[in-house]
Amino acid sequence: MEHIVTDMGCNASIDDRAESKSEKAIKAAVLIQKWYRSTRARLEISRRYSLTIFQSIEYADEQDQAQLASFFTFMLERYADPDAVADASISPSVSHQADSYLTEYENIEVPDSYCGPRLSFPLTLADANALLHAFKDGQLLHAHYVLQLLCETRRVLKEKPNINLVSVSYSKEITVCGDLHGNLDDLFLIFYKNGLPSEKKPYVFNGDFVDRGRNSMEILIILFAFLLIYPNDVHLNRGNHEDYVINLRYGFSSEVLNKYKVHGKVILYLLQDVFSWLPLATIINKKVLIVHGGISNTTDLDFLNLLERNKLKSLMRPPKPEADREEQAKEGTPAARPSTCAANEHVTRKTRGVSSSGSTELSRPNSQSGPTLKEWKQVLDILWSDPRKQNGCVPNKRRGGGCYFGPDTTARLLERYNLKMLIRSHEFKREGYELTHGGKVITIFSASNYYEEGSNRGAYIRLNPDLIPHFVQYQVRECTDKQNYWERVKTIERSALQTLREKIFAHRSTLTEAFAKYDCNNTGKISVSDWAAAMESVLCLELPWRTLQFHLVKTDTDGKVDYMSCFHNMEIAQSTEEVQPALVETLCKYRKDLEIIFNIMDEDQSGLISFDEFRKTWRIFSSHLGIDAYDASIDKLAQSIDYNKDDYIDFSEFLEAFHVVHKRDKKPT
Amino acid sequence: MAEKEGNGEDGAVAEIEKKIIEAFEVFDHECNKTVDVREIGSIVRSLGCFPTEAELHELLAKVEEEEEPTGYIHLEKFLPVMTKVLLDRSYRPIPEDVLLHAFEALDENKCGYLTKDELVKYMTEEGEPFTEEEMEEMLSSALDPETNTVLYRDYISMMIVDEPEDLPQ
Repeated sequence: MEHIVTDMGCNASIDDRAESKSEKAIKAAVLIQKWYRSTRARLEISRRYSLTIFQSIEYADEQDQAQLASFFTFMLERYADPDAVADASISPSVSHQADSYLTEYENIEVPDSYCGPRLSFPLTLADANALLHAFKDGQLLHAHYVLQLLCETRRVLKEKPNINLVSVSYSKEITVCGDLHGNLDDLFLIFYKNGLPSEKKPYVFNGDFVDRGRNSMEILIILFAFLLIYPNDVHLNRGNHEDYVINLRYGFSSEVLNKYKVHGKVILYLLQDVFSWLPLATIINKKVLIVHGGISNTTDLDFLNLLERNKLKSLMRPPKPEADREEQAKEGTPAARPSTCAANEHVTRKTRGVSSSGSTELSRPNSQSGPTLKEWKQVLDILWSDPRKQNGCVPNKRRGGGCYFGPDTTARLLERYNLKMLIRSHEFKREGYELTHGGKVITIFSASNYYEEGSNRGAYIRLNPDLIPHFVQYQVRECTDKQNYWERVKTIERSALQTLREKIFAHRSTLTEAFAKYDCNNTGKISVSDWAAAMESVLCLELPWRTLQFHLVKTDTDGKVDYMSCFHNMEIAQSTEEVQPALVETLCKYRKDLEIIFNIMDEDQSGLISFDEFRKTWRIFSSHLGIDAYDASIDKLAQSIDYNKDDYIDFSEFLEAFHVVHKRDKKPT
Repeated sequence: MAEKEGNGEDGAVAEIEKKIIEAFEVFDHECNKTVDVREIGSIVRSLGCFPTEAELHELLAKVEEEEEPTGYIHLEKFLPVMTKVLLDRSYRPIPEDVLLHAFEALDENKCGYLTKDELVKYMTEEGEPFTEEEMEEMLSSALDPETNTVLYRDYISMMIVDEPEDLPQ
């Protein structure tokens, strides 16, 4: 900054101007700086609450899923009836013996026209490279090889114990990866940065390979291939998403059925079995325990190691009451009882009249007894629990399964089994990893940009021979820095708010009721406090409502909330005004579930189902949920969709109609 | 915190306190009603205030009054101080035109833009200087890469967020 030296007395006026000019500049600088810092802080907080929104909604969905699991079971079993549409898991051409599926691939011919990788078993690195190359090019592996691969994978996994004991020799490091969720680019990035799996480069993949991302199948193929090539150096743990009921909802089943139109169902059926053979945990050098979710205060590693893990095809269906009674008789009251109440309650509440069928396999009626309640609970805890800061171990209400375990639970378990630390995944982390419980628990999450482009980094751990973790972070960038940080956060925020608004819309009638309770004089307005309370009580999302207020609802000058305004900026894509609003809302809310059911019914994945099937499904669905079956309205709706064939509706168009669309806000210029 | 329903000041104060607690909890990683002292600036600013660094230090001094600084701030100490800030409407936001004049004051030649060097010089050497990180971040969204200048009018329009600032009173 230039200083103008004043001469004594002379040029006083020039000096004054110069002085005030630099003073002005300083003032201006301070103003701009304080403005920038405040704006930046508000950006930071909006980034944080955006991620909170995504996470809360995700967990709430998982809770819903736990509740609807029995319904899906019911649906699947109902459609196993030969008169009805064939059920999802068994293609009519395949026999009902479980083992015959395993060699089904032999009957599948690979045409000469197929130019993808042709695997030769036993697999070698050349096969793995061919797969990597093919997938980079967006190719699909032929169903013949997929099934053969699954068959071999099952054989290898069966040999492994429930808890995999791995020794890492002094000279080697071992790499631990967390959730991948179908993000193939992340796996490629990890291999690029860290090297391919080999005897010199052992890996542990800690579950949740599938769902949400677009390449779950390819990730499985790659991981299984490397498992077969290096069975002593590639270790896979089961995650809570390695579960066919979860896959129905979160995209993996759809992905497979879409990519493999003819053999998708057989592939999914085999995968049910393969998933159930995945080990539950890995322990490195007897010191580091790696599980997908976490632990509980009743976790018993010895017990876990002895149970028959493959009996648990899905954790979303608690075992038969008879098995439980048997177990109770043998062991007295199972300690597991209190914590399973939450999950059990959900299940029984929804089944009303339909027996909570505990059958774990669709095609093996009573060949063996199912898992006991204790076994189920032990595995549920391992795959679903989350750590928390406070001491104690309580049911995980957020997710509807597993526990929240505190530092004391961790300490006790580590001491009991003489372990040094616990590595787990299961939870989104913005930096890809996080340490907690005094560094004894590490969360490792390997799916970057999980919620949205730019939402988070992924990471993996390199454990050196002294078992000191070294974290490596990364993030896949679709377009190199086209957006600056500001724009990226704004994108994430917009996306999060849109997701939230859809949720709000889906609960419109319940919310309106709740608001009305506070609005005794029918003014259309309530206090912020009441509004926030109503939102939280209906949506149960634990979000900072007052901070989000401006984005969601109109507030007038005396601080009262115009509560109906939160529904104003949304509209349904097609005009459905003549239909009951409640119906529309229901369709929005359960759009995803309807989609799954239709997928089950649409045998040839053509996107078309008959009018009759549509009506029938809708009736079952709505009766299960306890809502009135609006037959006439449904017919009207279905008819208003363009369909080319008589008696068939394009249900994806139908579902599209219920996609909640947001009116574009005009940007102020 | 006793909940006060009702009109007038009591209700307004309760509302303000709830808002502060919400913002506080976003930064309370341990869920034990404390935050790292370095996050106080973000919390205050996220509540719609525009304090200078100096003003923040004053505020912190009031919060940490008579106590040894531990690096952590307790909600119970923070809440009354912050409530007063919001009730008094201290550290008001900066109107767009005032912000514009500030940029214009730095734009000696009145050309409607600042060069990268000019902006960096002012921001890192004058007033309450930016850290390198802050400077880089500002440049990433302010700088027009083709001309290497800051077209401040456009920049301001992009950054001004439509948010009503009024709290119940």
